[in-house]
Amino acid sequence: MQITIKRDKSFEDFQISEGLTLLAALYEIKEQHDPTLTFSAGCRASVCGTCAVRVNGREELACAYKPKEGDTVEPLQYHPVLRDLKVDKQQAKTTLQKSQTWLHSYTEVALTPQDAHLTERQTDCILCDSCYSACPVFAVNPDFLGPFALTRAYRYTVDKREGESKSIVGAVQTNGVWDCTLCGECTAVCPKGIDPKMDITMLRGESLNHGYSDPSFANQSFGTPDFGGGFGFDPNGGF
Amino acid sequence: MIDVLIIGSGGAGLSAALAAKEAGASVLVVGKMYPTNSQTAMAQGGMNAALGNVEEDHVSLHIADTIKSAHGLCDEDTVRHMCADAPQTIAWLERIGVPFSRIDIGAADDNAEALSSEVSPLHTIAQRKMGGASAKRACYAQDYTGLKLLHTLYDTCLKEGIAFLDEHFLLELIVPDDTAKGAVVLDIRSGEVKQIDAKSVIIATGGYGGIYHGYTTNMYGASGDGIAAVLRAGGAVSDMEFVQFHPTGLKHSAILMSESARGEGGYLVNSKQERFVDELKPRDEVARAIFEQLQKQEEVFLDLRHLGEEKLMTLLPQEVALCKLHEGVDPVSELVPIKPVTHYTMGGIDVDYALEVNGIKGCFAVGECANAKVHGANRLGGNSLLEITAFGRFAGENAYKHAVYASSKPANSNVLHACQKKIERLFTQEAPIDFYTHRKALGKRFYENVGIVRTEAGLTQALEEVVATQIALKKMGIRDRSKTNNQNLVEFLEFENALMLAPTIISAALARKESRGAHCRSDYPQSDDTHFKKHIVLQWKDKQ
Repeated sequence: MQITIKRDKSFEDFQISEGLTLLAALYEIKEQHDPTLTFSAGCRASVCGTCAVRVNGREELACAYKPKEGDTVEPLQYHPVLRDLKVDKQQAKTTLQKSQTWLHSYTEVALTPQDAHLTERQTDCILCDSCYSACPVFAVNPDFLGPFALTRAYRYTVDKREGESKSIVGAVQTNGVWDCTLCGECTAVCPKGIDPKMDITMLRGESLNHGYSDPSFANQSFGTPDFGGGFGFDPNGGF
Repeated sequence: MIDVLIIGSGGAGLSAALAAKEAGASVLVVGKMYPTNSQTAMAQGGMNAALGNVEEDHVSLHIADTIKSAHGLCDEDTVRHMCADAPQTIAWLERIGVPFSRIDIGAADDNAEALSSEVSPLHTIAQRKMGGASAKRACYAQDYTGLKLLHTLYDTCLKEGIAFLDEHFLLELIVPDDTAKGAVVLDIRSGEVKQIDAKSVIIATGGYGGIYHGYTTNMYGASGDGIAAVLRAGGAVSDMEFVQFHPTGLKHSAILMSESARGEGGYLVNSKQERFVDELKPRDEVARAIFEQLQKQEEVFLDLRHLGEEKLMTLLPQEVALCKLHEGVDPVSELVPIKPVTHYTMGGIDVDYALEVNGIKGCFAVGECANAKVHGANRLGGNSLLEITAFGRFAGENAYKHAVYASSKPANSNVLHACQKKIERLFTQEAPIDFYTHRKALGKRFYENVGIVRTEAGLTQALEEVVATQIALKKMGIRDRSKTNNQNLVEFLEFENALMLAPTIISAALARKESRGAHCRSDYPQSDDTHFKKHIVLQWKDKQ
């Protein structure tokens, strides 16, 4: 079977054995044909989040994808490519830090199964960055906090042990909840079945509850003098 | 100069970082991957703590179960320490927000709201029974306990502003005068070799199951990098012969089929479709029974067909998906080919009661890379997540205590220069022999001769082959000459480490002429307390 892999400067075709996962095929290529082929990998069992790539334009975990004849494999989008399929994921940490996705102030409460269920799916996240790669907002706003950071922000916001959810909500107002276009690409590609689109929608509700509002309404100019808006690049402008 | 340098960014390293920081230390966490990529994420079952939420339990029972599973080889004081620390460790994890699964204790009560305000937060944490436990003791978060624990620790590290150095590979520890002063690391991205000075060092680099390449649930990078570095720096390792096997890995990919597949009623059958063992016996016994079949040239399968599609899709959806993906079989209608695979390594860096490395002052080790003598000859399920968090914190505290009085004079750059030379040499040296072939061969030889059942002859043959491979190593090296992001280089360094540890496992297995726990010698099937109720500790006489 032949697949095409995006290398640093060009696309290159490789023959691979039948029946392998894409990750096993990448190892086969590296060990038997080309030791310079570079990619990231870890657990082989879809839980460490290391090996996400794009296959024919769609995000997949290499360890959970069965290649088909003629597939084209590329690195994730909107990440600096370090080499071949390996990308720089430092930005992920930055967006989590900006979003303040942690428990700010522990409040003693005995959680019920229903309480735990509120964050069950969100905490399945393996930080594979697939949703970042699929998110079209990054094409216009590289500072967008992005799907997984917002899902994680939502997860702590609704955790009943969080006594200070207002801080988290406050941290995701700029380049955050309101910048999402709710296109649902993140939800479509998540290998863990997480629904960031829904989480972001819910987080908008939380924002309204805490007295925040959609800045795109405030920024719209109706011919009155514009104080504050209009400087820099606003992805919502003109939408 | 930083106070505490932590090498390894899995659950043990992150727990240590948080505790050291809390105590007042300046902390740096260095890892060869990103923190959330670590193997901690793979732990499914749970974390033991005698909370007694679901049925009666007591710390003394947890201690007794752990000691029993260790087959006489644990340090009972250390076991007591860990088990007694378990409830407060869970309390800490609860405070940082780990999303444990819960039980409904107010369900039958109309006044549940009022009740929940009186109940301790810990008492609604759900607990399940794991193999070898006398009570439902393992706190869990669905089947993703390790993943959710690891990610919550990571979130908390970001909250506390812990400094990370991702994608840096440990080359050597800096140990002048038997005291740790830092480490030399390779920046995988830039290819630069750097010295990191520190007043104390914690090794939390994971186990050595990766030696069993192709026959392990571990990731390829579980090559015992920290253990090898400690050996080279003059520290000791112990109990290296004790390696835990999981009965049901998928035959071709070694991907884990969860124990729940048998728990829900799955059968184990051979090529004649005959059952040959009680599937619910402890892991080591089932693994040995499967191995016997394989020795008789039988194939072994997990048979789930009788459970029916509906039950399978409800109870074991992930297992069904993994079978289809990795083995190309549908367990609803087909047999699933399996083999027992390496799962966890009990041995490792020999540490004292304070987790300080035997032979290196100011150097601590914790987690699967360390041998704190709590697992002994066989680890109890649910005790590894406990060890990495409870002892991770303990290591962090102790490392800081050492740092407070340690000299802040940095070490000279001798080790740095030696490492730089070594890496430079690798870039110029020819590599006529392919190490990937040898990595594969080493894994197979270990599985067959240093695996579930061992013999004098098999071990001796394996040792001879390892020595031959070590000689051939001089003709191996890297074939990718890129200075930056060189995965080929990292994999070669990992192979070197695994190959360095290989003889320690074999020689300890040879010396232990008895069977105990996970170490089974068919030529010495009985335990021999008179001669072998002790740890085999190995240390290099001359430092390299």
